[in-house]
Amino acid sequence: MTDLLAIGTRKGLWLARSDDDRRTWSLDGPHLLAQEVAAVSVDTRRPEPRILAGIQYGHWGPTVMWSDDLGATWQETDHGAIRFPEGEDAALARVWQLRPDTADRPDVVWAGCEPHSLWRSTDGGCSFDLVRGLWDHPHRTTWQPGGGGGAVHTVLPDPASDRVTVAMSTGGVYVSQDGGEKWEPRNRGISAVFMPDPLPEYGQCVHKVAVDAAGPDRMYAQNHFGVFRTDDAGTSWTSIADGLPADFGFPIVASPRTPGTAWVVPLVADMQRVPPAGRLRVHRTRDAGATWEELGAGGLPDAAWTAVMRDAFCADEADRTGIYVGTRDGCVYAGADEGDTFTLIADHLPDVLTVRAVRLS
Amino acid sequence: MTVQVVLPGVLADLAGGVKHLDVDVAGGTVADLLEALAAQHPMLDRRIRDETGRVRRFVNVYVDGDDVRFSGGLATPVAEGTVVQVLPSVAGG
Repeated sequence: MTDLLAIGTRKGLWLARSDDDRRTWSLDGPHLLAQEVAAVSVDTRRPEPRILAGIQYGHWGPTVMWSDDLGATWQETDHGAIRFPEGEDAALARVWQLRPDTADRPDVVWAGCEPHSLWRSTDGGCSFDLVRGLWDHPHRTTWQPGGGGGAVHTVLPDPASDRVTVAMSTGGVYVSQDGGEKWEPRNRGISAVFMPDPLPEYGQCVHKVAVDAAGPDRMYAQNHFGVFRTDDAGTSWTSIADGLPADFGFPIVASPRTPGTAWVVPLVADMQRVPPAGRLRVHRTRDAGATWEELGAGGLPDAAWTAVMRDAFCADEADRTGIYVGTRDGCVYAGADEGDTFTLIADHLPDVLTVRAVRLS
Repeated sequence: MTVQVVLPGVLADLAGGVKHLDVDVAGGTVADLLEALAAQHPMLDRRIRDETGRVRRFVNVYVDGDDVRFSGGLATPVAEGTVVQVLPSVAGG
């Protein structure tokens, strides 16, 4: 059994591998050297795992590449996996999210992109179709770009139904009940301190959303100020930020196994995107946000004036969940025991933009 | 007519491993040339232009030494023997 951690950075992809239940790691790379890898996913539904990478060639534009041999060779579609239809006068700027669907929908892969758009592949990520329902939504032209650009950065297909939840910066949370045809905003209770109306119907800068292990109706959101929970699939959200040292941050990760357990990495504020007091720490809740505990002393660094991007934080598939933290100063930390302790598994990489962990048999 | 296209080394792999291409063009503009190039080498085309047909922001196209952004853009004329050079601009970090 092998644990594989894909690490996408601003200048390439690395693959960390552990064959001893995450006690030690070896690092393989760089792959796709000098390409920005803002989105990565490892699709384990296939006979051979497929690494999907949303890359930016710098001068030469963005696309999706894939490898079916763990990075030894890479392929891309001649005409581009993701391209806006003729007549839209829009061009793909960045792939922010690649999300394989469930085992019941084996070749379906979702992509969240900049400009704000959602895409669906039915051939394992080789080519994608624009999800028209969201692109043609009357709100779209009023969604503003966040600091990193205007994008759909989170895609959460429900394994048991046709529900799809997306999150955008800005725009907020939108839900479709029919696989992407019709969409409605689901932001009630999430604040937007940068707007005249602090509680608008939509327009929030939701940085990340994660689904609780209890089921798809319970989700957590790390917002641009504020951490929230919904128990009704986004119909209403309530603050769960009490007990955190700061309510700003980018990622939020929910345990895939233990209901009520989630992790965040607080930063001071939007104008100070660094950990409080320069101490990089993870905070964990085990009661769906009622209380939080600080993790990482001794394993995560002090005097660390860095940050963790929205996708540079993930959980693995092991029986005891491991979590992984990648930083903008090129370090990756693994906490194989739900974050009780952390070990540095990579450093001196370029800015870490995304990490994804899978277990290979 | 035939137009000579000069590519940077980093794009040569997408054109069959060569930096110099002779491209047969039916029309008489840079846009026509890029369409002809796209038909032969679609992956190369995607590096130069986005799906709207615009030349990417940090890619420069020169016709006989002149940057088309400061002349006729994609409507800049090309003729038999014209040399069209594709170069990445100074950008990045």
